[in-house]
Amino acid sequence: MSERLTIAVPRGALFQGTLDLLDGLGIDTSEVRSNERRLLFADQGIVTMRPSDVPTYVEHGSADIGVTGKDVLLEQSQRKVYELLDLGYGQCQMVVAAPDRGDPIGDALRRLGRVRIATKYPRLAAEHFAATGRQAEIVEVKGSVELAPLTGLVDGIVDLTATGKTLEENNLRVVETIGTCTARLIANPVAHKLKAEQIDSIVERLRG
Amino acid sequence: MSGHHRSVAGKPATSRTAIPPGTRDVLPEEMRELRAIGDRMRAAFEEAGYGEVHTPALEYEEVLLRGDARAAGARYRTFDERGLVLALRSDMTIPIARVVATRYADAQPPLRFSYFARAWRATERGVGEPREFLQAGLELIGVAGADGEAEVVALTIAALDAAGLRRHRVGVGDGALYRSLLGSFGVPEASHVPMLEALSRRDLVGLEGQVDRLGLGEAERDLLVRLPQLRGGREVLDRADTPGLDGLRALHERVEQRGVADRVIFDLGLVRELGYYTGPVFEVYDPAVGFALGGGGRYDDLIGRFGRDLPACGLALDVQRVHLAQAAEEALG
Repeated sequence: MSERLTIAVPRGALFQGTLDLLDGLGIDTSEVRSNERRLLFADQGIVTMRPSDVPTYVEHGSADIGVTGKDVLLEQSQRKVYELLDLGYGQCQMVVAAPDRGDPIGDALRRLGRVRIATKYPRLAAEHFAATGRQAEIVEVKGSVELAPLTGLVDGIVDLTATGKTLEENNLRVVETIGTCTARLIANPVAHKLKAEQIDSIVERLRG
Repeated sequence: MSGHHRSVAGKPATSRTAIPPGTRDVLPEEMRELRAIGDRMRAAFEEAGYGEVHTPALEYEEVLLRGDARAAGARYRTFDERGLVLALRSDMTIPIARVVATRYADAQPPLRFSYFARAWRATERGVGEPREFLQAGLELIGVAGADGEAEVVALTIAALDAAGLRRHRVGVGDGALYRSLLGSFGVPEASHVPMLEALSRRDLVGLEGQVDRLGLGEAERDLLVRLPQLRGGREVLDRADTPGLDGLRALHERVEQRGVADRVIFDLGLVRELGYYTGPVFEVYDPAVGFALGGGGRYDDLIGRFGRDLPACGLALDVQRVHLAQAAEEALG
């Protein structure tokens, strides 16, 4: 087996923070930073992908370890990956938000017995409403979730927000906070045993 | 039915042609390779005195529940003509425990059995997760403690050697260790289940948060956080600095005598999902693939539930995964 670890790095909001982290570990990321379109950096042991794909590559062992958001891990809770460390950066809130006028979610529940919720996190949203004893119809969307309540598609949304700015600009307000999400270090279960030393040395340095 | 069975290319599968999710057809080329691997492992088992047994695919659900009530949700069920509930077995260990207690009620232990059999487990996991799988396994009945476990571990390694793998390892942990630590630190029972659940998923972030909320002393806290991260050779048993490891120390001694100590990884966070394990648990890995090839452990209470009190341990390999690992090793050269 190759001794070098393959690391799955999320592009998007966690990209810079993750590259900074790798720099701190002595991994040269300059090539990754200067190549927007390249995905695989074999010399550095880095593969880049969207955050929601990180658990997939790590679960299958195509990457030994990886960084992704807790939101992704909650949504993909069936993935067999080990969650090793809370990396602290990329902090966001998972929230329920609704149009800023009145109480559309409460109204829908009272009058229609159920609320319609748009989200990119169908599993997480369904669990949240089930756990709080409310019937919800979950509408999965791929793009900007904020649009859904504005057009009358749904009564509210479940989404990740960092500053709340996008919500505000679309006349939405946070009505519940489900939890805080940060970047997490995850590992493939087999690599966690067979490459224990390399993984532990990274975890120890990151724990500081 | 008469007439046209031939499918039209590109036509979506219908209920007339589909197979249930998690099942698959095996065609001759793959079957030949699977058969070859199976034959070589079978020969290794037979040579070590593990005679092959077979049991019905369908058992009375009541019988399987006696073995492990928690696995019940994952079983496929049907009824017989009298309305009795039948279930497809979800592993071979429970049926073999039944066989030992009924067909070998007076036989002098130890007893050694092997099997090549299909088992079925329903799953909530996504597309592609198998629900029917071919297991190759062994059960050693009537040998308590490290002697029994070392024999099972060594024979598993030998069988995989025979199957053509070169880099496989066996992870060994103690499924009862963490629970007994929680008990000895006076952690309330209500916290055990969520903590053991986080441990079995190796949600180490979640586990650490739960440990912190217990308000334990620093030494206890550190041990509960550190233990699931300890894995490696014999040295982790010393580094762990906790009682309850004598069994694993003895196991190390025995696998060393058998010359396979370098293939064994002690993993103090290892727990297995099945409910009947009572002590050491095993998992089998190959660096060429990212998933475990199989697992097992000691189940000293199981056969007693069927009427004959005997210590036992065993291990099952997923033959298709062994095949994947063998092909991946071959590709790596």
